[in-house]
Amino acid sequence: MLTTIQIVLLAFILFAISRVYLRAKEKILSPQTYIFWMLIWLAAAFGVIQPKTTTKLAEIFGVGRGVDIIVYISLALVFYLVFRIYVMVEDLRHEITFIIRQVALQKFSPKKRRRNKK
Amino acid sequence: MSILNRAVIIVPAFNEEAVILKVIQSIPKRIKGLGKIQVLVVDDGSTDNTKILVNKTNVSVASHIMNRGLGAAIKTGLEWARVHNIDLAVTFDGDGQHDPADISRVIKPILDKSADIVIGSRFKKKQRVPLDRLILNWFANLATLFLFGVFSTDSQSGLRAFSKKAIKLIDFKADRMEFSSEILLEAKKHSLKTIEIPIRAIYTAYSRSKGQKNTNAIPVFARHLVRLLR
Repeated sequence: MLTTIQIVLLAFILFAISRVYLRAKEKILSPQTYIFWMLIWLAAAFGVIQPKTTTKLAEIFGVGRGVDIIVYISLALVFYLVFRIYVMVEDLRHEITFIIRQVALQKFSPKKRRRNKK
Repeated sequence: MSILNRAVIIVPAFNEEAVILKVIQSIPKRIKGLGKIQVLVVDDGSTDNTKILVNKTNVSVASHIMNRGLGAAIKTGLEWARVHNIDLAVTFDGDGQHDPADISRVIKPILDKSADIVIGSRFKKKQRVPLDRLILNWFANLATLFLFGVFSTDSQSGLRAFSKKAIKLIDFKADRMEFSSEILLEAKKHSLKTIEIPIRAIYTAYSRSKGQKNTNAIPVFARHLVRLLR
């Protein structure tokens, strides 16, 4: 029998899986990213349905409770994803700058030289 | 000393309407060892009258349609120099913090073929420098040494000279202030001979308000780290 928190978490995971599926269908997500997020959410669903598996996982890593190992893994994952997003934003900045530079150079028109001699 | 036929003075400018004409007029029209000198103002998406004012002069302007940062403006200038087959390029900040008389000093090692890149260093000789600038600069120098293994007494200097070889090879990625350190890394990567020449530092209330902010140090350091760890 599922508890209330399990039902709430499963509902959220299903919603997240649906978003991943829809974005992949729209080809916004690459196949690799689609697989990555599907694995994450399916693993989360499995952990919610079978909470004892997280306890076993915690024992393997020498962490007290199942929920603790989930929190640690999630935090590491969030930090890594923030880093990836930061890199992606930087890449986007460079691409914008590249376009702006090309426009500046293409629109450049030299002036006739008539500076007064010093 | 050789004579280089085509030289460009690249002046990056962002909202410099108060001083830009004075800066342009201060640039020497003739410099010993150089043939034709062109001044190229790279307007980095100014929202004031900088571009309008420069357009009224006979100095060429390359305009960014939006602000991209000092590094992006310098790279546009160097790209322009590459496309136009320029022999020597000098970067000269548009906020009036450089002494135009120093231009001939920074280009000399390139004319003598004893260097590919010359950094005009404000800290190589003793002179009055605000304490916060001194601390900030040493922080930047140490960060450049720690992250890139290159030491400079003024890694953030805006007055630099580049040989034709350096113009062709230097390809930094940073759009903002961190490009200064990246230039040194590029020089190391391409085995370009880099030297430093002492220059005069002009600190006015205006140039200090326009220059690198003390609080920028940490984000600049963070962007360097991200670039290395990516």
